Amino acid sequence: MAFNYDEYLRVDKMPTLWCWGCGDGVILKSVIRAIAKVGWNMDDVCVVSGIGCSGRFSSYINCNTVHTTHGRTVAYATGIKLANPDKKVIVVAGDGDGLAIGGNHTIHGCRRNIDLNFILINNFIYGLTNSQISPTTPQGMWCVSAKRGNIDPTFDGCKLAEGAGASFVARESMIDPKKLEKVLVAGFQHKGFSFIEVLSNCHVNLGRKNKMNSAMENLAWIDSITINKKKYDALSEEEQLNKLPTGVLRQVEQDEYCDLYNKVIEAAQSGGKITQDDFVKKI
Amino acid sequence: MAREVISTGNELASIAAIDAGARFFGGYPITPSSEVMHVASDLLPKVGGKFIQMEDEIAGISVALGASMSGVKSYTATSGPGISLKAEQIGLGFIAEVPLVIVNVMRGGPSTGLPTRVSQADIGQAQYPTHGDYASITLCAGSLTECYTQTVRAFNLAEKYMTPVFVLLDETIGHMHGKAVLPDLAEVEASIVNRAEFTGDAKDYKPYDAKMNEPAVLNPFFKGYRYHVTGLHHGVTGFPTEDAEQCEFNIERLVGKINTVAAENDGLDDEADYEEYMLDDADVCLIAYGSIGLGAYEAVQKLRAEGIKAGMFRPITLWPSPEKKIKEIGEKFGDKIFITELNMGQYSKEIERIIKRNDFTTLLKANGRPIAPAEMVEKVKGMM
Repeated sequence: MAFNYDEYLRVDKMPTLWCWGCGDGVILKSVIRAIAKVGWNMDDVCVVSGIGCSGRFSSYINCNTVHTTHGRTVAYATGIKLANPDKKVIVVAGDGDGLAIGGNHTIHGCRRNIDLNFILINNFIYGLTNSQISPTTPQGMWCVSAKRGNIDPTFDGCKLAEGAGASFVARESMIDPKKLEKVLVAGFQHKGFSFIEVLSNCHVNLGRKNKMNSAMENLAWIDSITINKKKYDALSEEEQLNKLPTGVLRQVEQDEYCDLYNKVIEAAQSGGKITQDDFVKKI
Repeated sequence: MAREVISTGNELASIAAIDAGARFFGGYPITPSSEVMHVASDLLPKVGGKFIQMEDEIAGISVALGASMSGVKSYTATSGPGISLKAEQIGLGFIAEVPLVIVNVMRGGPSTGLPTRVSQADIGQAQYPTHGDYASITLCAGSLTECYTQTVRAFNLAEKYMTPVFVLLDETIGHMHGKAVLPDLAEVEASIVNRAEFTGDAKDYKPYDAKMNEPAVLNPFFKGYRYHVTGLHHGVTGFPTEDAEQCEFNIERLVGKINTVAAENDGLDDEADYEEYMLDDADVCLIAYGSIGLGAYEAVQKLRAEGIKAGMFRPITLWPSPEKKIKEIGEKFGDKIFITELNMGQYSKEIERIIKRNDFTTLLKANGRPIAPAEMVEKVKGMM
């Protein structure tokens, strides 16, 4: 039987605002199937989004949802999670939202390793505001805020997340929703900050201006720059230069922030104190 | 029984927050407000509450708004530069109707200004901290006791009106160390206001289906009442809309639920919006607030010792203004009104707006130094 999305969606809000052929809808459905697969009750789930095309993501899911300001999703979500540590919080942000204006919060969310499921939809462009460069727009591409071509170096969100301490880091594109669903499930089940970058198309505001006129052409380009992590690791440094590895890139067990905070509560209530002896890593 | 404590204004604000039911603090260090945070980090976990120091001022308020919208009373504390950074999130608090207490311990500005010195130049910022139309509730503590009582009141107003509420301290009162008499804890607890909750069938729940001049009813998250919170204009379910009639209604309601209600009921609650000190038989009215009010008490006494019948009007609720009382004072004292404040006349302009005259005398200072009673006495004598 086909999967029934209705109980997870605000069906009266359909159709979505997203452009015809946009990958966001595929990601929305993949997230819903992943929630169903891990078996979460929608009354225990909160979806928090920022500003941009991805900002509308939260409004279509039938649970407690928050559409915050530009870039601040992780900070709002941290408050929701820390105040309700037994609940499930999914954060959705775009590449501009999560890596430019909200980069600082992304870094510190990873560092705290708070149990948030952070989905970074990377379409390599500011789509909603009509095609300005984002931190992931490739050099040499054309968009309306780089009318002589983009010179700004790109940002690898996954490397950032690894460096900042996220205990689960994965990348997948929306081309293969089954693979995407799999990493989403793994991320949702992981305790700690799960950083999941999902590559998606914006043929309207990136593609059309860069010789990828249709969704299919845009997706073909994404397909050409992605490669499974195992194969990626076997490549030479030179070959790796223009590829993005996909799959689970990092998964480690690490102290989760809400758990650590419970120790603060225990210490405060028993008159104790947390010291360096409580941690293996001292610096 | 009333409690006698020795503490500072900043510490008392944080103690009050927890007594008023706050269980979450998010913030970022900034002089001269940091002690509010220090106390929160110590006391909140003792009562099972949560404290988090965030990576910047914006995150400091965002995390607190997130916790509050999920149903947990929350607060943040900062100073002027921090309010500037938090401005956009304060706007989300206004439009999405999220209760939050924001303590601003005022220092000299603009920009980095005078970080360790006193000022009252953020009162205009407290009235209009962010873009768009809305109405602000701003309380200003004029004593150590009021650092406590006005913070408790701020939580109750935030929950009643479903809005961010400012508590203004200033560097002098925030760092003042001394004895304060606090109300009985049981009395404080009995006064606690909790936000309204919809208890009907979840299918019938429309969080923003509020009548004109009434606040939204936002249920706690994760209890089966699913809805959408957004900084966009929204309809009754919280879902975004650009419908002209709805947007007009939203703004009229946001402003009216505070300003119209306060005007109609002569205040936001049963608490005092101002203090009148020796005003009954006075010939001249000093107007001062915050720590400058402390100097004004002494000035009134000195003037009276010299035969000048002086009194003081000290506003506690700065926004919305206690307009009715200010009009009365304008009529009663004519040009024998003396306004003193630590800025270039931000409150004086409000008095002028209300009494529709500017024949009062002012003593203004914006150099990070307090105003001594002797300076007030000298200027008032010149008026008589």
